[in-house]
Amino acid sequence: MDINILETVIIFLSINSLISLYRVIKGPTPQDRLIGLNLIVAQVTAIMVIASVNFRRPIYLDVALVYAILGYISIIAISKYLKGRKLHE
Amino acid sequence: MIIFILILTIIMAIFALQFKNLLNAVIVLAVFSLLLSLIFYLLHAPDVAIAEAAVGAGVATTLFVVVIGKTKRKENE
Amino acid sequence: MRLIAYFFLGMGVFFATFGNIGMLRFPDVYTRLQASSKCGITSIISIFIGLIILEGLNSVALRITVITIFFLITSPVSSHIIGRSAYEEGILPWRKEKPKDKQ
Repeated sequence: MDINILETVIIFLSINSLISLYRVIKGPTPQDRLIGLNLIVAQVTAIMVIASVNFRRPIYLDVALVYAILGYISIIAISKYLKGRKLHE
Repeated sequence: MIIFILILTIIMAIFALQFKNLLNAVIVLAVFSLLLSLIFYLLHAPDVAIAEAAVGAGVATTLFVVVIGKTKRKENE
Repeated sequence: MRLIAYFFLGMGVFFATFGNIGMLRFPDVYTRLQASSKCGITSIISIFIGLIILEGLNSVALRITVITIFFLITSPVSSHIIGRSAYEEGILPWRKEKPKDKQ
């Protein structure tokens, strides 16, 4: 049994992100697309942390840290725009 | 793995060009930036990945949304 | 010790799979938001706990702890703001039967 468990987890998370990507492309409302984007950002952060442990390079964890801090700014901006859309019309 | 993510990135770029509603195009463009950062990460270039993450997730999307909000949209309806 | 870490990793994959199936099959914005936020956060925290156990106590475990704290701060904020924007735009919740008048 020479299976690398961490790479197996990475492959499973990638397949799960594909399911969520379907909801981003074919969502009826913009909120559905935002929910899919939120879930994809979370799973890609997990993929980056697992790959950093797999590569044995601790400096690679900074990319995941930047995504954990900055990943929600775009969602907040789009949500603010969606909230103020009814007022301008 | 990297070949697969590259093909997925090209598909995302085509979808971002084909959407009629501009807000959906911006959301798909955020996913495109995320996949591009993951490619830079898997190719062992973490500094470029940090720059791409900060620009793509924070600055560019917010700038696009502010510009869409300030201009008039003709393609909706 | 490795078996406990593998158990946590497998639990993370389990929760991520069922959260994404819920994203695919639920009929409404609010139900999709519930499946996404619950299963997403549970799977991510399980995977991080498994990696900390697998790695031991060193600087990598400390950085993963910091990432977990920031993730716990930011992810509920974005879920909440998506739900509030959907509510204020006037999207009605999904019901199974047709809404009939009550007497």
